[in-house]
Amino acid sequence: MIKDLVNPSNFNLLVGKLGDVLTRALDQPLGYAINWGRIWSLWPVHLETACCSVEFGAASGPRYDVERFGIIEAFGSLRQCDLIVVQGTVTRKMAPRLRMVYDQMPDPKYVIAMGACAITGGLYIDSYNVLPGVDGIIPVDVYVPGCPPRPETLIQGTMLLQEKIKRSKIR
Amino acid sequence: MDNLEQKFNETIKMGLDIVKETEEDRLMTLSVGPQHPGSGHFRFTIKVDGDYIVYCDPDPGYVHRGEEKMCEYRNFIQNIPHLERPIIHDSTNITYSYSLAVEELANIQVPLRGQYIRALASELNRQVYTLYWLAIYGIFLGHSTMFMWPMGDRELFIDLLEALTGARVTHAFNIPGGVRNDIPEGFRDRCLRQVEYFEKRLTEYEDIFYNNPLFRQRTEGVGILTKDNAIKLGVTGSVLRASGIPFDVRKAEPYDIYDQIDFKIQYMKTCDSFARSTVPFLDMKESCHIIRQLLDKMPKSGEVRAKLQPNPKGPPGESYKRVESGRGALGYYIVSDGTPKPYRVKISVGSFRNMLALPFLLVGSKLADMPSIYWSLNYWPVEADR
Amino acid sequence: MSAGQSDTQSGSEQKKTDSDSTQTSVSKKTEIVVPKFEQDLVNKIVSGFGDKIVQVLHVRRGRTKIIVPPGQIVQIATFVRDTLGFDHAESVSGTDYPKDNQIEVIYHLGSYSVDDLSSQILALSTRIDRNDARLPSLINIFKSVEYHERETFEMLGVYFEGHPRNERFLLPEDWADIPPLRKEFRIKGR
Repeated sequence: MIKDLVNPSNFNLLVGKLGDVLTRALDQPLGYAINWGRIWSLWPVHLETACCSVEFGAASGPRYDVERFGIIEAFGSLRQCDLIVVQGTVTRKMAPRLRMVYDQMPDPKYVIAMGACAITGGLYIDSYNVLPGVDGIIPVDVYVPGCPPRPETLIQGTMLLQEKIKRSKIR
Repeated sequence: MDNLEQKFNETIKMGLDIVKETEEDRLMTLSVGPQHPGSGHFRFTIKVDGDYIVYCDPDPGYVHRGEEKMCEYRNFIQNIPHLERPIIHDSTNITYSYSLAVEELANIQVPLRGQYIRALASELNRQVYTLYWLAIYGIFLGHSTMFMWPMGDRELFIDLLEALTGARVTHAFNIPGGVRNDIPEGFRDRCLRQVEYFEKRLTEYEDIFYNNPLFRQRTEGVGILTKDNAIKLGVTGSVLRASGIPFDVRKAEPYDIYDQIDFKIQYMKTCDSFARSTVPFLDMKESCHIIRQLLDKMPKSGEVRAKLQPNPKGPPGESYKRVESGRGALGYYIVSDGTPKPYRVKISVGSFRNMLALPFLLVGSKLADMPSIYWSLNYWPVEADR
Repeated sequence: MSAGQSDTQSGSEQKKTDSDSTQTSVSKKTEIVVPKFEQDLVNKIVSGFGDKIVQVLHVRRGRTKIIVPPGQIVQIATFVRDTLGFDHAESVSGTDYPKDNQIEVIYHLGSYSVDDLSSQILALSTRIDRNDARLPSLINIFKSVEYHERETFEMLGVYFEGHPRNERFLLPEDWADIPPLRKEFRIKGR
């Protein structure tokens, strides 16, 4: 009987309609689930750029425990990480390496620019070896100001990033 | 028949010639680069033969921000904020030395209470810095409890410094002429309570870290720097004191009020990595005694800062002053030409001088010993690059 | 303009007694007193090489400075190491004086092995021509100057003869400008 109902002429229509129904029923909860997974397990690459790394280390300490947000410094390779926190000044010598590290990370990846030096060059804007801001070489998602930002500010920055990821569409 | 055998032998010989490996084929070049959990923002190229390192070449400069050039475009007081960023977690000491040099150039007198407060902030900062170093040492060797405990205790000292200066790590507290503000009320009791609690904690650190058989195996007998080599290479700080030379700038040429404080220089004679990691720990214990004495001997009231003109300047001259920071002797060579801006500022930091010991110690050691040697040399890349 | 040479002994001693009256100082009561130990040190060098070669710029408590011609610096450094006992260099730096058309290279030497000298820093300096800056290296005498001299080469353009690697150290690999610490290199905006 099914062989009578499903014939080549209306098979395409059936599959198309089924696809529509599936998309509407599953896409939104599936997207929600996938984004939920991404939010609570952001793994940063171990790339310290300058002096803000001290406050990033303090953020992983027991008082401002950032591990409860899922941010564990994965000491493995950077092929498993999805977050770069640009901690501080980026010099002209470090810039190609930063770009290389960013390119080697798999999608989806996010960037937090931490500290005044990563946003605009900060205190060192008139130095001969310092890049005025890092958003000329990699696309930045969240800017965290401060010199250096307190660990609570960094945590607020990651919460903003989490809001941004929640609202994004998965493909 | 003979011809065939001869040809056969020749072919074998030719094949063996091709297969014989050259010296260069055995070595593998690794780049322990700026993105590495074991090196921070510093790169060194090593060549490895099996498990042994045969060549090492450091390549600093990834955080070179041109501090010395920037000093020439700002006047003496404006230089303080950017000069304290190289050692951000020990920032009082790097501006202490600068203030001493400027005071000698411009002939400024510092009031006595200001000198005591300066020394107190310097000692508190020494504890903060050594705890950070200890935490990173723990995580390099895989001991994650030793990362969490010092980070937690460090926060208590940072609370004290925040009450004193207003900021967590970048204090901008020392200026030429004294300190910016007086100590708040109740600070003395808080400080004494904290020091008492910390001394109990230090015995616990000794139990889980320094008496840990794994830590001892990884660091004892590794990276031996003999006394003669230490003098020849010109190393400084705890690296020097772990090789049997009792040299501390606070005792050799006492600056401010350190000649009235009674303390002993801590040094060890075993010259290996274990000694280099124990000397800062002993320094921390000694620092607790120094803090108590400073709080006792401080004058009850008085000015904390000398009155300065808006743009302080002095007659043309030069001065070289050094201070014992957490990492070693930190010297400033300042040349002034009579204007409010310095003509030349040269900073001589402990990390740059200790970097010479890195290729010296790594060549001939195993690859797995690299983290314990590298971090025991107390090298902070941001400071060495200035 | 030359900061070191205009500083006479008495003027610097006056400044020193004022600024360290809170420290325990030998020369506290008298106005102009040259510290004896440092003067002896300097006298030994001057008597070894003569007044024409070694010029004393200042003698203060704990700090002495002499200036020598660049051709003699190796012999004087050997004398300082073997006879006096200074065994390492705390820092090596260069200062650019475009008005005199000279660069001054200064070695700050300290001592770990001799107890009396632990608070002394001897500043050994020399002046070379700015347009052709060459100087014999002291690396065979004090091994600790290796990285400092390399940094002075790249920051000021002073070539050290005898140093195994006169190369770029801290600057980026593609640096194509003049050495940054020269006075004609202006940083942006100023």
